[in-house]
Amino acid sequence: MKEVISAKTVWQAPELQANAQRRGREFDVSQLFVYASGLVILFYVLCALAPQWVAPYEPTLMMTDKILSPPSSTHWFGTDYFGRDVFSLTVYGSRDSLFIGVASVLVGGLFGGALGAFSGYIGGIVDTILMRFIDIVMTIPGILLALAIAAALGPHLFNIILAVAISAIPGYARVMRGQIMSIKSRPFITASRSIGTPHRTIILRHVLPHSWSPLLVMATIGLGSSILIGSGLSFLGLGIIKEIPDWGALLSQGRGYLTVAWWICTFPGLAITLFVLSVNLIGDQLRDMLDPKTSRGR
Amino acid sequence: MSQLLDLQHVTVDFQSKNGLLTAIRDVSLQIKAGETVCLVGESGSGKTITSKAIMRLIDYEHGRISEGSIVLDGVNLAKLSQHELRGLRGKKMAMIFQEPMAAFDPVFTIGNQIMEAILEHQQVKKDVAWKQAIHLLERVGIPEPTLRMKQYPNELSGGMLQRAMIAMALACGPELLIADEPTTALDVTIQSQILQLLQELKAEYQMSILLITHDMGIAAEMADRIIVMYAGRVVEQATSEQLFEKPHHPYTRGLLRSITTIDSHRGNRLFSIEGSIPPLTDMPSGCRFHPRCPYATQKCLLDEPPLFEINGRQTACWHGEQLVESEDGIGKSEVMPPIAVIEPKHDQHHSTLQRQLLFDVKGLSKAYPVGKGLLQRASSLIHAVDDVSFTIEKGETFGLVGESGSGKSTLGRVLLQLEKASKGSIRFQGLELTQLKTAELQKDRRDMQVIFQDPYGSVNPRWQIGDIIGEPLMVHEDLDATVRRERVEALLEAVGLKRGWYERYPHEFSGGQRQRIGIARAIALNPSFVLADEAVSALDVSVQAQIVNLMQDLQRDLGLTYLFIAHGLHIVRHISDRIGVMYLGKLVEIAASEELFLHPAHHYTKGLIASIPVPDPKQKREPFSLQGEIPSPANPPSGCRFHTRCPAATARCKEEPPAWQEIQRGHWVACHHPA
Repeated sequence: MKEVISAKTVWQAPELQANAQRRGREFDVSQLFVYASGLVILFYVLCALAPQWVAPYEPTLMMTDKILSPPSSTHWFGTDYFGRDVFSLTVYGSRDSLFIGVASVLVGGLFGGALGAFSGYIGGIVDTILMRFIDIVMTIPGILLALAIAAALGPHLFNIILAVAISAIPGYARVMRGQIMSIKSRPFITASRSIGTPHRTIILRHVLPHSWSPLLVMATIGLGSSILIGSGLSFLGLGIIKEIPDWGALLSQGRGYLTVAWWICTFPGLAITLFVLSVNLIGDQLRDMLDPKTSRGR
Repeated sequence: MSQLLDLQHVTVDFQSKNGLLTAIRDVSLQIKAGETVCLVGESGSGKTITSKAIMRLIDYEHGRISEGSIVLDGVNLAKLSQHELRGLRGKKMAMIFQEPMAAFDPVFTIGNQIMEAILEHQQVKKDVAWKQAIHLLERVGIPEPTLRMKQYPNELSGGMLQRAMIAMALACGPELLIADEPTTALDVTIQSQILQLLQELKAEYQMSILLITHDMGIAAEMADRIIVMYAGRVVEQATSEQLFEKPHHPYTRGLLRSITTIDSHRGNRLFSIEGSIPPLTDMPSGCRFHPRCPYATQKCLLDEPPLFEINGRQTACWHGEQLVESEDGIGKSEVMPPIAVIEPKHDQHHSTLQRQLLFDVKGLSKAYPVGKGLLQRASSLIHAVDDVSFTIEKGETFGLVGESGSGKSTLGRVLLQLEKASKGSIRFQGLELTQLKTAELQKDRRDMQVIFQDPYGSVNPRWQIGDIIGEPLMVHEDLDATVRRERVEALLEAVGLKRGWYERYPHEFSGGQRQRIGIARAIALNPSFVLADEAVSALDVSVQAQIVNLMQDLQRDLGLTYLFIAHGLHIVRHISDRIGVMYLGKLVEIAASEELFLHPAHHYTKGLIASIPVPDPKQKREPFSLQGEIPSPANPPSGCRFHTRCPAATARCKEEPPAWQEIQRGHWVACHHPA
């Protein structure tokens, strides 16, 4: 009986169809990007698992005659102040960087998401207390928090991951809580309760499937900052001290030479950018695929 | 009288990603100075687009007028720039919208927004504008206008906001007022007040009104002339008397027959126009109504009929003339043909002395705490439902009516234990529901199901409809996947959907179809009781009739008991055996459906019934309607809660809450001075 004010009622059907058509037209281009992203990520994984297959030189090999030489056909990314091949360093450096990034996002997203979901679904006083605590943690800048935790625990790979993960938890918890709260009040949840569905089933089958797509997007973006925070820690001497620097260490080492040898930090930086971009594209695609409205587009 | 507004062959296109879509085609209409013209039709017929085209608001929604002219007082609006239009909007023409809540900006005060409208068009000082605004608010019947000026939109009720909206529209004395479903979101009592106000203001300001509505009752009451639209075209145009006397177009005929009135026989099935309005992308050839038209011929399929002039009126039907001639008087005599006369159930109810009770509710209350925070105690309680007792018998339909805020939905939710009762007992099939543990309750839920109001929000958009309907089976019955699928497909068929639609998603269905999905889900477990909470309120009249018929068929076949909550009184009367009336959390009257409408005892019930618009222009009713609005439940009036609005209130009503008394067999009322 009620008629929506705008033309929406009338236009719903054509708009949906239009969407479907638009998707049809753009299919090739966007799909191309997604495939390309997949390949890029595969390549990074290969670099992390088997750098010796990709890198042309040993990362520790110092070619004293070629100190600070610009990019060329023999040294694609140039060499650094010890005469090490920057391309090989970047390839070898991917292992620690990726591991720290991915692991801390997984840990942080899992714990943050669970905390937020719990808090949002339970509501009431538990929610109030948990959220105030999260607020307090949030007032501390992420890098500072990670720094403090890493300093307290000592320089170990797992401690670094833990530190980065903990600094990310409040963000995930907040987003998840908001999502759960809004889903919880949707009429179809009441509808499901009214037929006697148990809580567990409601959470697993109704609430969660609607809640985690923003978390997914946030995680793909968070991957970049996690890698950077991990790198920042190693720059400050709180990271793992190794012969082979990770991307962050590469960046910070190269920073001092930016005016004379731009390639030392530019290429590792580009490597990070390309990785984060690819992950984001894949994340978007995943989200679209998980939504029946956009995946069927009818 | 000269024409104030003259639309000639207006066509509106919308630019969509799909290419150009034509929303309305070749629409011509005229409004004389001082005339009220009603635009009627189902949702999707292009009424709103037409009104927005006149205001040229479609420009902001990727629409444009591709053909035709819109002449307002000698100026062709279709040719003006947005800048020039801004000078006319508000001054020459003004618009009020359906959702008063959404039409005001929540961060500015009411006063601020009305003054803005005044200052835009008049070169006056701020304090003059302030005084003018207060005067306007007073005129539209808002109490304490000075106080209201400083309040924000969320502090006013829907009815008050609609009044304020009207005040804003009147600010610069427009010659044309466009009202787009101005009362659809409001209660019948408030609706009747607003319509009355519009009538008064029209005379006072010498305006013309273009009123858009789907309610033929409102059209009958307000209109001088009625224009019927279908699928973006005008299909009939006539004076109000002509139209109701003898509808020429089959669509108009269908619309008029879909109305349930106080005179229609309760045993009959409701009439409904089969099918639904076509989407813009898929317009039928020839006459756009032919797929739903019982009189369609080959010609209708091939050629689009123009607007013919017949008997001093216009109709767009190839067979208009023959139909009227051959079936003379069709408008009246055929309004409610007895299709399948079901024995009215309330007779049985009276004859059988003691029927089995399904629900026995005693002293039920539900209170919500207000202003409760982490460290604060609740400062007060809102009694949404207060000491309510009644019974529902097996196999009957119990209707529950009342204005919004009367607590009827809360009562329904508490009955089903979707919310815990604060006090009182609910016995369901001899079981005390309030004492049950969560796990037991979850098991017992299979016997009581709900059909929800919002057919869009109450289904999980990520699920296939097969899974949605199958969810109750999944929860309560341990079935094999193929058996379950078979059951669900049988249910789909039972509610008039196709078996093959199992794997579709909710967004592929229309509102009426989704409500069928909701019904299929509700009956999946063969429950004994179904709560229909405003189940048809969001649907068009003809679709409403389809759903009500379906519900009645299912009741007969499955022996269901319904609690039917709604604010559409005629629908409630049609479907219910007994009706309970609620006011401010109290049950004030219970009676058999016919009895209640013929002899309402409580003055509130009387007012509610008198507020319903009568779909007959000859019967313009005496302007009796309830004054005022429902008070806040946080601070209900003393004594009889209705005494502040009651025409028969005495000193006693103020002091002493009335007791529940049986004035006739099965007719209970809580009033000191029953009518």
